[in-house]
Amino acid sequence: MITIPYLTALSTYFSYGLLFAFGQFRDFFRKIFDWWQASNLQGYAPICLGLEDFYIRRLYLRIQDCFGRPIASAPDAWFDVVERYSNDNNKTLKRTEKISRCLNLGSYNYLGFAAADEYCTPRVIDSLNRFSASTCSTRVDGGTTTLHKELEECVANFVGKPAAVVFGMGYVTNSAILPVIIGKGGLIISDSLNHNSIVNGARGSGATIRVFQHNTPPHLEKVLREHIAEGQPRTHRPWKKIIVVVEGIYSMEGEICKLPEIVAICKKYKAYVYLDEAHSIGAVGKTGRGVCELLGVDTADVDIMMGTFTKSFGSCGGYIAGSKELIQYLKYTCPAHLYATSISPPAAQQIISSIKVILGEDGSSRGAQKLSKIRENSNFFRSELQKMGFEVLGDNDSPVMPIMLYNPAKIPAFSRECLKQNVAVVTVAFPATPLLLARARICISASHTKEDLLKALEVISQVGDMVGIKYFPAEPMKQLQHQHQQPGKDTIKSE
Amino acid sequence: MELAALNLVNATLNWVTSALDAPSARAVVFGVHIGGHLFVEVLLLVVILFLLSQKSYKPPKRPLTKKEIDELCDEWVPESLIPSITQEMLSEPPVLESAAGPHTVINGKEVVNFSSANYLGFVGHEKLLESCTSALEKYGVGSCGPRGFYGTIDVHLDCEARIAKFLGTHDSILYSYGLSTMFSAIPCFCKKGDIIVVDEGVHWGIQNGLYLSRSTIVYFKHNDMESLEKTLERITSENQRAKKLRRYIVVEAVYQNSGQIAPLDKIIRLKEKYRFRVLLDETNSFGVLGHTGRGLTEYCGVPIEKIDIVTAAMGHALATEGGFCTGSARVIDHQRLSSSGYVFSASLPPYLASAAITAIDALEENPDLTLKLKENIAILWKGLSDIQGLSIASNLESPIVFLVLEKSTGSVKSDLQLLEDISDRALKQESIFVVASKRSTLDRCPLPVGIRLFVSAAHSEPDLLKACESLKRIAAAMLRQTFRSSQQQHVTVLNSAGQHSAVESFVFPREMPVLASH
Repeated sequence: MITIPYLTALSTYFSYGLLFAFGQFRDFFRKIFDWWQASNLQGYAPICLGLEDFYIRRLYLRIQDCFGRPIASAPDAWFDVVERYSNDNNKTLKRTEKISRCLNLGSYNYLGFAAADEYCTPRVIDSLNRFSASTCSTRVDGGTTTLHKELEECVANFVGKPAAVVFGMGYVTNSAILPVIIGKGGLIISDSLNHNSIVNGARGSGATIRVFQHNTPPHLEKVLREHIAEGQPRTHRPWKKIIVVVEGIYSMEGEICKLPEIVAICKKYKAYVYLDEAHSIGAVGKTGRGVCELLGVDTADVDIMMGTFTKSFGSCGGYIAGSKELIQYLKYTCPAHLYATSISPPAAQQIISSIKVILGEDGSSRGAQKLSKIRENSNFFRSELQKMGFEVLGDNDSPVMPIMLYNPAKIPAFSRECLKQNVAVVTVAFPATPLLLARARICISASHTKEDLLKALEVISQVGDMVGIKYFPAEPMKQLQHQHQQPGKDTIKSE
Repeated sequence: MELAALNLVNATLNWVTSALDAPSARAVVFGVHIGGHLFVEVLLLVVILFLLSQKSYKPPKRPLTKKEIDELCDEWVPESLIPSITQEMLSEPPVLESAAGPHTVINGKEVVNFSSANYLGFVGHEKLLESCTSALEKYGVGSCGPRGFYGTIDVHLDCEARIAKFLGTHDSILYSYGLSTMFSAIPCFCKKGDIIVVDEGVHWGIQNGLYLSRSTIVYFKHNDMESLEKTLERITSENQRAKKLRRYIVVEAVYQNSGQIAPLDKIIRLKEKYRFRVLLDETNSFGVLGHTGRGLTEYCGVPIEKIDIVTAAMGHALATEGGFCTGSARVIDHQRLSSSGYVFSASLPPYLASAAITAIDALEENPDLTLKLKENIAILWKGLSDIQGLSIASNLESPIVFLVLEKSTGSVKSDLQLLEDISDRALKQESIFVVASKRSTLDRCPLPVGIRLFVSAAHSEPDLLKACESLKRIAAAMLRQTFRSSQQQHVTVLNSAGQHSAVESFVFPREMPVLASH
């Protein structure tokens, strides 16, 4: 739980209030101005009613240049950010031809497979020449190639389950699977900070949805007991089934989920566990097999394991791994399998090759090196930031680190100042996070070298001083050596 | 006696009145004369307030004790996660061993491929492969981030500009998956309370988007303009005062589930009359219809500005993956922040975006690809028009040739089984790869299932003629068996009934002897 300092909360509320007031003021004038000029809607209702896009028009557009920055190269450790300029106060941004080489702290490139790789890319180009860029067909029609079969076996092996099925996009995987396995009369209990794709899938299924406090197993137990005892709302019939949905690493918090406790509770109350390992597969665990390996949970206890290939494998797509019967059933009914084009063959080959590299089956030890590198890098970076006095969230070993900003004015300040010094960071605000808790999110990669990290630390420290986000007192420098020799498992989370 | 009682009552009343009147006679407070009756009224008020303030009797709430909850939790037995596996769930699709072009290799044998929606023959096209290779070498495979967080690569922006330029609209937006295009675009614009009129034969992506939008959904009969007009009339008369209500019509240009083509000019006339907005899904018509391949708007001669939102999946004619949506600037800008499939998902891999650009360039350079496709469709139509037991349900110009059973066997399941047997036999014996359309349990489309043939501009005439011959042979063999078995049933019925009524109903294949009535 994050509790923010009183003064910061007050100033954040004040800032938002001021922006809101200004926005309303300008809307009022805009209404008068528009009434003056006849509107050209001719009897149609407007596409966006007044207040629906208030946030977008009045708050987001002011800082639009911090988001959606285009790049002109592969999203590797260093990349080229295209410069943009605006003539009308950030309402529209135009591209220029100029690019600036920046350090990439924002892309999901945990194991460094984002750019062309010496083992993967030749094989990918081979498969492109053999199977072409797309099969133009669904999996059940003519879209299953030998590559797809190999990929599913490979993924099932890697994750530790009997069988797996692969889809072309991670978002659709969640949205199309949940309606198939649960329907009306079922209960979905999901973590309060779950990703939008899970929320969409749960809504699309028609089941009742309840939420438990983020990563708090006792509250999950309480919710389960209450709901099993009460039954379905209004009719009080017993539930058909209960599925608990959690994520491996939460992308906005950097926290690793408390899987052993949650699995124990679900076993006790006979609920099914659905684990979404979008960020954790390939990035944590001794051999990269995700949170189950990291926390010592037997994969047979988790009923459905889902993950995506975008983050650690440098490709695209999502998978579901489970028992053979489950996968058989999904292949028979899941709409994403029956109606959507199958995953592109070069992307499939990239996944196979990257899994081979991670497991060391390509004959080198690059996989093990990458895995230990990302662990080292994350732990080093996190501890250094905390020493400088930043408020950093997340557990040890997790490559995602959010730095709290809180104030809406600090969001563009941090982002623009870092970009001026050639460091590209990602800042997140409402609605992806709660209103008061805006943050900058750093994603560490195995391809960052020590010099890159030191440069990043220097720039962030400088900008942090300028912007004023060092909410905690910094530790004095002489303790630096002492701290390095004691890698502890303590997580400094503000209570 | 009564007089005495009456006198007594009167006397008491007088006494009470005088007693009450005495202290405050002639007192005036705030212009209100205070009389004795005021005290009675005040007393009454006090009594009423006292009664109201008393708590009504509620039976005491007894929450469940911990032990009771434990017992309930122990007793509860969930259903299994999935129903038990039946025989048809175990069937596996055929596995391709080469690219899904007009000819492909399955199980070591070369077959003619009619199951890939490769309308313009771009699978295996060398220019496409070249641009993909250079993109792979420059950008790697994935884009490693959503569009808002450094996942926007310059090829994405170029691709969006290219599509907008090709279609003549203001701007377009790229999605990373074809299926998610429609089900992200619809909830972005349609919210609770809006009214959407949609064809009953739309595919699952649209159905899911409609469900997620929580608007009021009204279906009209498949591709039936009168039904549409009646529905629009009914809705407009029911919702007279709704000025802020948004109203949409959702149709597909070429329906995936039947191959029919929507009559766009009629729809536009209805839309302008009743003031609805139109969402058009051009997945199977982009690159196919119209003499330069610009889709249904060019085919029907409707300017594209009249359609509010056009979406398409690129996995068909353009031989890449992903989807796009195009329209006016307002429509596109709104989606960049509110469309969940765009904001919360990683962007399209850059090599697929560059493949899309190359495909559109290739299409613009040789517009006679669409002509070749039309010729191929015509050849196939001619060949299949007299096939026994099956009839073509799709439109003459649609690139999906949809064959349905002339007489259904009774249930959707057995129909599907029969069709799958036909396609299996076609693959194994005749080396023609066709597929029966499959339905998910979540799909609510009421149209019949059938065999789909996706025609490509790269198919040669011998391929098509071979396909026609083979299908005719197989249909005659397999469907005749079905007819014969149901014939015999009919005959026994006649015999047992002992009637001489004329043998009627269904089609007799010419080879069968005409049954003499007994």
